[in-house]
Amino acid sequence: MARVVVDVMLKPEILDPQGQAVNRALPRLGFDGVVDVRQGKRFEVELEGPADEAALAQVREMAEKLLANTVIEEYRVRVEN
Amino acid sequence: MSVRIGVVTFPGTQDDTDALRAARVVGAEPVALWHRDPSLHGVDAVILPGGFSYGDYLRAGAIARFSPVMEAVIAAAREGLPVLGICNGFQILCESHLLPGALIRNAGTLFVNRDVKLRVESTSTAWTSDYSVGQQIVIPIKNGEGKFAADEKTLDELEAEGRVIARYLDNPNGSARDIAGIANAAGNVVGLMPHPEHAIEELTGPYPGPATDGLPFFTSLLKQLVNA
Repeated sequence: MARVVVDVMLKPEILDPQGQAVNRALPRLGFDGVVDVRQGKRFEVELEGPADEAALAQVREMAEKLLANTVIEEYRVRVEN
Repeated sequence: MSVRIGVVTFPGTQDDTDALRAARVVGAEPVALWHRDPSLHGVDAVILPGGFSYGDYLRAGAIARFSPVMEAVIAAAREGLPVLGICNGFQILCESHLLPGALIRNAGTLFVNRDVKLRVESTSTAWTSDYSVGQQIVIPIKNGEGKFAADEKTLDELEAEGRVIARYLDNPNGSARDIAGIANAAGNVVGLMPHPEHAIEELTGPYPGPATDGLPFFTSLLKQLVNA
């Protein structure tokens, strides 16, 4: 069993109004010094077998096809130990 | 023989009944299509209606795009079948890559629900030929993720090829270049965020009017298919 994590974020050039709303709320709660907040998604993919190169290639394909919309989002795949 | 317009119902679709009604009002035969049924039942055109297919899980339209019916719609659209995606249907068409770009959360994060003024920009599609270029129309909008986004190159291409079909006069959601709707290169696939199917009758259309500015989307299709 292995867990592979896929982080999906809006591309830097895409405005993130949800992150902005969070960013605007922080000073009201007394948190200072925050310059920017961006909000994304985290997927935890549990694999039956080990996270070898073949399995990771498959997870990347999942990310490309379904988990992320590469028109507006970018993704990062990593193995969680 | 009457023109048969199919309307797809996904789990979470809301505006299928209005879209079927619009088909009936213009004299077509409405045909209900089901997301799990891969058959298009020989329809002459397909409408992907508004709503929240699959609860907007993952991204609006992302799950619907892989439903059995969409495999058939995508294949048929590539062969020239007229397809109109309204609101969530537009989102599904973008997720399907039948149309470029994406619909993301509205600027300001608010759900926008009101009548909007549009300017028709292209009449050379299956769904807009009954308008005139530059015509101003009033059609309701209701979405939380209706902001059209695409890279500059794609936007330039859409403009250069005359594929922007309508623009907002008063951009309600931050859409790039005020874009409310676009078409594919062939003109058979059109997606737009406002809801023409909610502006087809005096009783239920925008008040105080004009109430029926959405009708030409449907009459355009009918004329094209009858003349074909």
